[in-house]
Amino acid sequence: MTIGVFGTSVKRTEDPALIRGQGLFVDDIKRDNEAAAAFVRSPFAHAKITSIDKSAAEALPGVQAVYTADDVRSLGPLLAQVPIGKLRPLLADGVVKHVGEAVAMVVADNAATARDGADAVFVDYDPLKVVVDPEYAATNEALVHDDLESNIIHTWEEGDAEAVQALADREDTVVTSVKMVNQRLIPTAIEPRGVLAEWQHGYDRVTLHSTTQQPHAVAGALALTFGLPGVSSARVIAPEVGGGFGRGLNVYAEEMLAVFASRELGRPVRWIETRSEASKSTTHGRGWAATATIVSEPDGNFLAYSLVGVADMGAYSQNFSVAIPVLGQFTMPGQYKWDAIYWKMDCVHTHTPTVDAYRGAGRPETSFYVERAVDTAARDLGMDPIELRKKNFFQPEDFPAATLIGMSMDSGDYGGNLDVLVEKADIAGLRAMQETARAEGRYFGVGIATFVEACGLAPSGFADAGVSWAGYGLPSAFNESAVVRVHPDASVTVVTGTGPTGQGHETVWSQIASDRLGIPMERITVVHGDTKDTPMGIGTGGSRSAAVGGVAVAIAADRTKEKAAKVAAHLLEASEEDIVFADNGAHVAGSPDKNVPWTDIAATAYQPHKMPEGMEAGLDMTAFFDPSNLTWPYGSHVAVVEVDPETGDVELLKYVAVDDCGNIINPMIVGGQLHGGITQGIGQALLEAAVFDDEGTLITSTLTDYPIPTATDVPSFDLHKTTTPTDANPLGVKGIGEAGTIVSTPTIVNAVVDALSPLGIKHIEMPLRPRRVWEAMQEARA
Amino acid sequence: MQVSMTVNGGEVSGDVEARTLLVHFIRENLHLTGTHVGCESGYCGACTVILDSKPVKSCSMLAVQAEGSSITTIEGLASNGELHPVQEGFWERHGLQCGFCTPGMIMSSVALLEENDNPSEAEIRHSIEGNLCRCTGYHNIVKAVEYAGAKVRGEEPPPPDWEEGS
Repeated sequence: MTIGVFGTSVKRTEDPALIRGQGLFVDDIKRDNEAAAAFVRSPFAHAKITSIDKSAAEALPGVQAVYTADDVRSLGPLLAQVPIGKLRPLLADGVVKHVGEAVAMVVADNAATARDGADAVFVDYDPLKVVVDPEYAATNEALVHDDLESNIIHTWEEGDAEAVQALADREDTVVTSVKMVNQRLIPTAIEPRGVLAEWQHGYDRVTLHSTTQQPHAVAGALALTFGLPGVSSARVIAPEVGGGFGRGLNVYAEEMLAVFASRELGRPVRWIETRSEASKSTTHGRGWAATATIVSEPDGNFLAYSLVGVADMGAYSQNFSVAIPVLGQFTMPGQYKWDAIYWKMDCVHTHTPTVDAYRGAGRPETSFYVERAVDTAARDLGMDPIELRKKNFFQPEDFPAATLIGMSMDSGDYGGNLDVLVEKADIAGLRAMQETARAEGRYFGVGIATFVEACGLAPSGFADAGVSWAGYGLPSAFNESAVVRVHPDASVTVVTGTGPTGQGHETVWSQIASDRLGIPMERITVVHGDTKDTPMGIGTGGSRSAAVGGVAVAIAADRTKEKAAKVAAHLLEASEEDIVFADNGAHVAGSPDKNVPWTDIAATAYQPHKMPEGMEAGLDMTAFFDPSNLTWPYGSHVAVVEVDPETGDVELLKYVAVDDCGNIINPMIVGGQLHGGITQGIGQALLEAAVFDDEGTLITSTLTDYPIPTATDVPSFDLHKTTTPTDANPLGVKGIGEAGTIVSTPTIVNAVVDALSPLGIKHIEMPLRPRRVWEAMQEARA
Repeated sequence: MQVSMTVNGGEVSGDVEARTLLVHFIRENLHLTGTHVGCESGYCGACTVILDSKPVKSCSMLAVQAEGSSITTIEGLASNGELHPVQEGFWERHGLQCGFCTPGMIMSSVALLEENDNPSEAEIRHSIEGNLCRCTGYHNIVKAVEYAGAKVRGEEPPPPDWEEGS
């Protein structure tokens, strides 16, 4: 019996099915008479479509239909949460704007035939001028969309540029300025994106299985796109989903098009993307070019910080698009106190696939800039990077700490956390090793980065701040829902609005409910990802699930327990205030032998004639939780690297992390989130980049060209923690999903630059693959 | 074309196109959907099965090439409801998150331990290099295989390395 397990490493309830191969992902769910879709995609980044010849495809045995823009134009463009900029047509309408844009959809009796059909559609293109580089796009010398006046579709700006400049102009200040690219990435979840659409004729209802992190948003988009009576007519199910990382925090054209085809053909329609499609038609992340500037006094006292640049949005705005950089704005100042700050980010269209949320979404970018700039400032000032950070951190007594960007950070002891890292990683010992290595002519680097993250995305008021949200006809909000239902046999169903993609919500929500109710985890089932069963939910993203959704579970459980206490008091002939829940039952405080099992309480709660007079039957409570603030987890990481002086190969020798995510519900799961997050950030630092040639062709569309970290690219990780609870929610939890990704990228780059600093190297653009590092060394030696 | 092979101890046969990949035969004809398709290019390893004692990527083989072979998929690992030590290790040491790469990762690990039941960390990492995982950072997969190795050798597995307490 697993009970009272808040804060312990309970084994996951998700795993038994998954380790036996019995987990059901979208492509594992089969229907009679289903058809398969495949897409004809543009090989050009910008071209006029002069003709589409469908006849050969339509003549193929087994092909049921070939659809083009003419068939779907009336459905309108793909809807977006934040509809700023150019929206995506469901199928390219006369012109293509990026390589991989869907031009036609072929539906056939099976996937192989659908792909044959797609190969048999002949499209004539007339290539047009291509805009690939976001900085060039920002000049407006060539327009991405000729019906928009500017490629710049939104500008985020905050702070006081003149105040920063005045401090930089002072003769006694040191100015450190670094221009850096935070390169575009491809999320690369291992499960390809997929859908199974089932239009129910006669009922005008639709059921869509999809690899999504936000089923309710997809349901809202379906209801609007197809003119359904309401969102209740669209049931969206996210079954097991093989990885999210932000790629599922979106609504996609293929979701709408599969539903359209199912409606037209009266058959279930499946589409599963190929890996190459995953690289061109699924959203990308990052894609910034910006200059970070720190103004300090010679003793290392920070005065001002600015970050100015462009963020690539790709050719079309989708779900969040221009709203991603503002998440970075929240954490743009880092953990440091400044007298003046300035931030400006131009969001630009280019002829490339859409850029949207990717693990961290804005916060890895700004954290990278500030942490790289601080390390560079330490070199300019001749100071130890740890001492420089500690000198300028917000101090424990500063919290809640107001930043010049308008945020209030809940709690923290940044210096104390960094001290734990210094001790656990034995930084002094590492520096001694570095000295020895350098004496031997080896390039040995110790890189430190620290971070604060704005997560637990909330409160709902943020949804209306800065940009207006369309919200797919749904409320624009950042709260989260939960239902806790105690059945007559005292088993429990927890229904959550979160959309897990491997984070272990079934386990953790069970832990929370078990802890509150005193009912064993084995008797608790968690339902997620089905809009039929869940109240309005926002979904999973921005490290918000525990801090918002998990708290909703706790509140709903408490409400259920309150009612159960009345029933228990009635059964025990005691006062409601004296009822204590534990060990799968309730007892009177101070008299454990005066008890009643949960099964009796629950059974009674469904029999009105046995209940207290006037009480309504049922044990089923709903909660919506809207926190008072974001949560602000933080941490300090160190990487130890050695760079091969001949080849430029970077070997990652050691990685130590000290994270503070407030209270921890399941330490095992928190550790797993960190391992994965750190590895993803290492991928950006060392390996990954979505690269386009001058014609806008993505030249990294396979896993060979876009290498994500393998088991031999990373070491085992040494994790430690400090604990500073938040007061933004009653569980004191802050969130951990993105932390590793946010900080490991600058940690690694700081380490490599530290290793190569004897050569005078100050920065190398990511990814730090051997050739790029070798070239930097050659240039420095010349 | 007609193909026959042994899958998870049973004789199976089916009618396939010449171009049908082994993974599609396993998933579509045999309805064994635990073997996953992640890239259809032999890179991600989600489709790994054990074929005649060797781990192979079933997306990089035609079904007809497997004629007469003996295949074990993830569904064939547990015996009489009892988990294979590698499956147990993945559960005990949090070796999976989304679970999509897991069947392939487990099959590669099973093949490793059949060859070497006491692999070093470097040997474990090398043997799963052809299986991509985007969730775990591989840390706990290594621990899961170490756990399973100890079980196979009849030893007490090393304790978990996470720090308890909230």
